[in-house]
Order: sequence, then C-alpha cells, then structure tokens
Amino acid sequence: MIVAAICLASIVIIAILAPWLAPHDPLDMSPADRLKPPSDTYWLGSDAYGRDLLSRVLYGARISLIVGIGSALISVVVGLPLGILAGFFRGLDAVIMRVMDGLMAIPSVLLAIAIVSLISANLWTVMAAITIPEIPRIVRLVRSVVLSAREEPYVEAAVSLGSSLPTVMWRHLMPNTLAPLIVMSTYICASAILTEAILSFLGAGLGTETPTWGNIMAEGRTYFLIKPSLIFWPGIVLSICILSINLLGDAARDRLDPRLQKRGAAQ
Amino acid sequence: MFSYCLRRTLAAVPVMVVVALFVFLLLRLSPGDPAAIIAGDMATPEQLDRIRETLGLNQPIYIQFFHWSGELLRGDFGTSLMSNLPVTQLMAQRLEPTVSLALLSIALSVVVAVPMGVIAAWKHGSLIDNAIMSLSVLGFSVPVFVTGYILIKIFAIDLGWLPVQGFKRISQDGFGPFIQHAILPALMLSTIYIALIARMTRASMLDVLGEDYIRTAHAKGASEKRVLFKHALRNAGVPILEVIGTGFALMITGVVVTESVFNIPGLGRLTVDAILSRDYPVIQGLILVTSGVYVLINLAIDLSYALLDPRIRYQ
Repeated sequence: MIVAAICLASIVIIAILAPWLAPHDPLDMSPADRLKPPSDTYWLGSDAYGRDLLSRVLYGARISLIVGIGSALISVVVGLPLGILAGFFRGLDAVIMRVMDGLMAIPSVLLAIAIVSLISANLWTVMAAITIPEIPRIVRLVRSVVLSAREEPYVEAAVSLGSSLPTVMWRHLMPNTLAPLIVMSTYICASAILTEAILSFLGAGLGTETPTWGNIMAEGRTYFLIKPSLIFWPGIVLSICILSINLLGDAARDRLDPRLQKRGAAQ
Repeated sequence: MFSYCLRRTLAAVPVMVVVALFVFLLLRLSPGDPAAIIAGDMATPEQLDRIRETLGLNQPIYIQFFHWSGELLRGDFGTSLMSNLPVTQLMAQRLEPTVSLALLSIALSVVVAVPMGVIAAWKHGSLIDNAIMSLSVLGFSVPVFVTGYILIKIFAIDLGWLPVQGFKRISQDGFGPFIQHAILPALMLSTIYIALIARMTRASMLDVLGEDYIRTAHAKGASEKRVLFKHALRNAGVPILEVIGTGFALMITGVVVTESVFNIPGLGRLTVDAILSRDYPVIQGLILVTSGVYVLINLAIDLSYALLDPRIRYQ
C-alpha cells in the first residue's frame, strides 16, 4: 500500500516534471540513431525514428494521468446527479436506468472506438470516448446508495421540516455517496488509463506526435523481434501505474467502507 | 416460473432498443456530415452522394431510424464501405477463430481459477491466500497486450516452442495445429478472466464456508476435499456463473487486442481493420452483435438462476 502510494506519487511527479527530467525532446528525430541500444545518450535506447525512448515514456505519463483523472472526475460530475435523481424519483428512475443498461451492454472499448472513429482523435474526444462507458457504473452505485438512504428517518425528518428537495438531495443524500464514490473513482481512473492505452495501441487514440504509452507500444510492434524494449518499458510503467491505483483503491475501500468489500470483489 | 421468464425476457428488449438508438444517433449526431466522416478527406462528391443514398441520409431522422432498425430486424446490417460485402457476411467469415479462441480461454480460466479461489478461501489469511490474491490483482492490472508480448518473448522467441503469430482453424487444419497456434492467445486472453473468477470464487466460498451445513458436514466426518468441492463449491457456484456473464465485456476487449497482437483473422481483427479504414457500417454491426450477445448471455444466466434457485422467481 505504501509502495503503491510511492510508485503513484513518482509517476505524478514524472508527469509534471517531464520537460525537465527528459534528457531529449520526445519528438526530436535523428535518422542516424534509429533503434539504438541503451547508451549514455539514450538511456533506454531509441525508437525507429531515432527518438529517445526514455523521454517519450516520461512524457507518456502526462496523457495517461490526465485521461485517468479527467475521466474519473467527469464520470462523477455527470453520474452523481443522474444517480441521485434516479434514486429519488421513481419515474425518472425507469428512464435513466434503461439508458444506463443499454450503455452498459455495449463493450466499453468498442464504444470508445466508435466514438473516436467518428470524431477525429484529440485529447478531449479520447477522454469523452473513454468516460461515457464508465458513467453507468457511477449512476448505478449512487442510485443504490440513495435508494437505501432515502428510507432513513433523518431524510424523512428533513422532508417533514420542509427542506426543499435540492437541499434534501445535496445535504442529506449526497454525503452518503462520498465514500463509495471515492473508491469507485479510483477504479475508474485505472480502467480509463488502461482503455486509453488500448485505444492508442490499436491505432484509434492520439497520434504519435503526442507520445502515450499505448502508441509507443503500437509503434514498437513492428520492431518487436529486434527491439522488444520498445514494448516492455512503456508496458512495465503502465502496469505499475494501474497496479498502484488499483491497490490504493482497495486500501481506500477497506478503510472507508467495509461493506463495500464484497461488491468490490465482484468486479 | 413461466411469468418470471417472460418478464425477464421482455426486460431485455428495451436494453437492445437503447443500444440500437445509441449506435444510430452516434453517427447522425456527431459533428459534421456523416457521409463525409465515413468517406474520409479524399472523397469526391459522387462518393458522398453514393454514401448518402446507401445510408438514406436524405430522409427525416425518425424515418431513417425506423427504416434502419427494420432492416436490422431482417438481419440486414448494411454493406461494408471498403469491401462492398454485406456486414453479416464479413462477420460470419470471422466468427470461427473468435468463438473457438473464446471458448478455449473460458475453459482454461475455469480450470485454473476455480481451484485457485477454493484454495485461497480454504487457507484464508495464509501465505497461499495472499499470494493468490496478489496474483489476481496483478492479472487485473497488467494490460493484456503486455502479458501477450511477455508470453511471445518467452515461449515463441526465446524457447521457440510455439509460433509467434498466425492461426489455424479447427475446421480446416484439425485440432492439433489449432491448439498449437491458439494456446498463447488463449493464455493471454484468460489472464483477466482467471483473476476475476479466482476473486469471485474466493469471496463466494468464504460466504458459504461460514454456513451451518458446512460445520455439519465436517462434524459427520466428511473429508476436507469432499466438504470443499461437494458441499461448498456447489453452493458457491451461482455467483461464479454470474461473473462469467459480466466478464463477457472484458472478453470482447481482450479478443480485439489479442487478435491484433497474434494476427488472428477473427472478429477482433475485423474491428481493428474497420477502425483503421473508418468502415463505420462494420463497426456499427460489430457493436450491435456483441451487445446483443452480451444481453443474451446475461439473460440466459438469469434464467438459469431461476431454474437453480426457486426463491428468485418470486421476487
């Protein structure tokens, strides 16, 4: 758990300080230095265009973290109100949940691929494409919490005292959802980072002028037999990143809400 | 029983309608002219007209939807923009590799993961339990393509035991060559499934092992093995079945990536080719079919629940 926190913190620092840490410009091509083995100039070697692998991997951390954190935040911002509304109003519940069931039935990577293939890929469209399939998870979670919380006496008391509906929802229902939301958003963050890598790997993500761990690996595929490190370095960093976030999510779950333990195990 | 099955089956209909509506609106509501999006930057006006014509883009949007969904119901998923072949035909050609690979992976995962979960629950809190659970978290976190390339490096390149890429069909080349080519992709595809099923088996076994009838079974002198596999696993089995259904979405993602890594001519490879050439009718057909299969699998699982557990029917 502490190891996970340290790993994640270092990845965050790398992402922020990438321009100062990177020994080379990640886009700087030098045709003479194609596919060089690790050396004093290129610590991890260079790629097929003579770009420095280490610098590209360092810069790749930026995209992964922005997409991960961005998706987690946006899915909460969109999913929380929808979940509260669905949990509180019977009529809306039917409509919202049918739409969410439909969204959940579409495999998330295929949905993201479809969205990106329609709208040209940039950071925002990629993030939107990754976030939309995650929203139903938040809505379902919030709805289930609200459904049980609204039967509580203090909610009935607040309603009887004449609190307005927005007050009841915001002050009395919403706080119940915070603990499970924190846990769920860490899992969403990890899964968004993974989806981004898969999109880039399949060629449906950002172009290689923006280095991401996924597209570094995608380019490395052609040279896998001669230079497997083009896939292994970004792959290892990506795995460590996702593993740390998942472990922190597990730790948060155990700390914040023991009742969630079973639900988390089922995912 | 009959009324439950009917209600549950009918409940699947709106889900599919929402999926169809979403897929439909995605193309129509995306910014810009759908015909231009499909045709790409190099399209001539004649090509654009042809695409508008084939997609019926000149009609009002609700008529387009009814027209389009009517054709779906008749099994017409449209025509690929690249090969000019019907989408259903393209998908049928690619079905065998994907289905055989998926079934092999599920079998492999169940055979490996269920005993792992049972042992972890049995030795709850021990070193073995911790090791199995750590492996499971690792299985979740390491992306499938990284696992895939590690497997290729070890077994295909360094040891040279198995082919690096390619695929052989059971129907054409027989079972031996199929297994030889499919074992690495299946291993790669099953890592997430193994992690998922092992976790679920452990959680569900831990629930069951606390029950009175387990204590009774121990008390009447049943052997440890018999208690675990006969008394406990049988009752813990239902949630394990469920996880195979919910894991289907993960399987689809895995199939797309795996087929791309191993160059297998299945549905996943078709998806990637369709993305790269922006062949939207094919992408659309693949989404509809996989979502439909997902809904059907979960329907089948819910119905089999009702058969196994009478309490569910009356809810």
